[in-house]
Amino acid sequence: MAYDTNPAPSTVYHPAPPGMQIKVAARDLSVTYGDALALDRVQIDIPDRSVTACIGPSGCGKSTFLRCINRMNDTIDTARVRGSIKIDGEEVNDRSIDPVLLRARVGMVFQKPNPFPKTIFENVAYGPRIHGLAANKDELAAIVETSLTKAGLWKEVADRLHQPGTSLSGGQQQRLVIARAIAVNPEVILMDEPCSALDPIATARIEELIDELRENYALIIVTHSMAQAARVSQMTAFFHLGALVEYGPTEEIFTNPRDQRTQDYITGRFG
Amino acid sequence: MTNQVKAPHIVKAFSEELEQLSADVAAMGGLAESLVSDALQAAATRDGDLAAEVVARDAQVDAMQRDIEKKIIRLLALRHPIAQDLRVCIAALKIVTDLERVGDLAKSIARRVPTLNDSEPTAFAASVDRMGKLVLSHIHEVLDAYVTGETARAVAVWERDDDVDEHYNALFRELVRAMRDDHAMIGPGAHLLFIAKNLERIGDHATNIAEVIHYLVTGSELASERPRGPRPEQTV
Repeated sequence: MAYDTNPAPSTVYHPAPPGMQIKVAARDLSVTYGDALALDRVQIDIPDRSVTACIGPSGCGKSTFLRCINRMNDTIDTARVRGSIKIDGEEVNDRSIDPVLLRARVGMVFQKPNPFPKTIFENVAYGPRIHGLAANKDELAAIVETSLTKAGLWKEVADRLHQPGTSLSGGQQQRLVIARAIAVNPEVILMDEPCSALDPIATARIEELIDELRENYALIIVTHSMAQAARVSQMTAFFHLGALVEYGPTEEIFTNPRDQRTQDYITGRFG
Repeated sequence: MTNQVKAPHIVKAFSEELEQLSADVAAMGGLAESLVSDALQAAATRDGDLAAEVVARDAQVDAMQRDIEKKIIRLLALRHPIAQDLRVCIAALKIVTDLERVGDLAKSIARRVPTLNDSEPTAFAASVDRMGKLVLSHIHEVLDAYVTGETARAVAVWERDDDVDEHYNALFRELVRAMRDDHAMIGPGAHLLFIAKNLERIGDHATNIAEVIHYLVTGSELASERPRGPRPEQTV
């Protein structure tokens, strides 16, 4: 019988729990910005139709990891990505992959809501229109309504669709941005601290939305709020100094983490 | 300061509150242990005054439980402890419940002392006292294990509870036989049986606390069922 309270650091490879379908898989994924190593040989399997929270101190590589999934690091000149990251077994960094199409499949929501300087309707309609998802105006209107409904915003904006997106409150803007991401039929939704600019009520609405969205999408959320990670996610990944230190069911990470670094971070003991 | 809490929190007050909580539980444990010890001594030396004092002192144990529970509720509400910290709070909540019962059982033993003093001393009092010393050593050991965070010591107590049960079963059989043979033994015999039963229960609370310590330190449960011999309820 083992009474060891500080087992060896978790293994390098972090599989998803058995029985869950893998949506995103990284192998030996490293990212450097110039000389700085931001992500160090990450190996992880992220399940479909669930919420995976990425936690860790600032600069730990969690946002960098998120940006690998939809190739947002392409936009940074000094960034260099090595290793493999696959969505449904398809290599994201393959030359044949069009980043614009990839970013429709992998939607992203940022810390600060960033609606286009257009009407509420146009914010949601823009993606489906450029990707040719609607054959006519009626179809486009239907996509807009469905997306806003899924984002839990339809009732609040149905009678003001032609007002500017920026006229909405912060929480509403964040849900508008989520509706915009949903409108192009994504498979994966990335969220980089989606609630850090919102009040508790708006945060609760987004969290409820995240819980509903996981029926249809793989969601990966970066958050600095331990309580939020615990509330919304089924899986939690803890990053530190560019490495994926521990990854497992959220319930286990928050009741009995295996790695001392995880324990110290989530309980507020990092010096 | 116990060694359950390793690195300090960035928020110092949080660490201090957790340390204070563990210290309070340890102090309550010390008081409950002293109640058992004094109740046994009162029974062994037929000391009615000491027995009365034990009965009065149980109120302190109850007051400490209420105070500690309030502190835990405050910690849960204001600090939102997780992982190891959550286990410190949950363990404290469970242990104080066991300790409060230990205090009650010690009081119940003490209450029988004046009645026992009304009858002649019996040879069984010594046997009850031996059982009491055994149970007391379990309580003492398990409280030490709580303070030092040594799961191995807690598990050893958990495994040794069989000794208490065996002692109780033997005493039960002997007392029943003595009461059958000599009707004058029925009065003191019944009280000694209850005292032995109370001691057996105190032993159970010690094993409960051992289980909590295992959970506190490792985050996992001890096996749910210890192997047990036949219960005295099943014997005549």
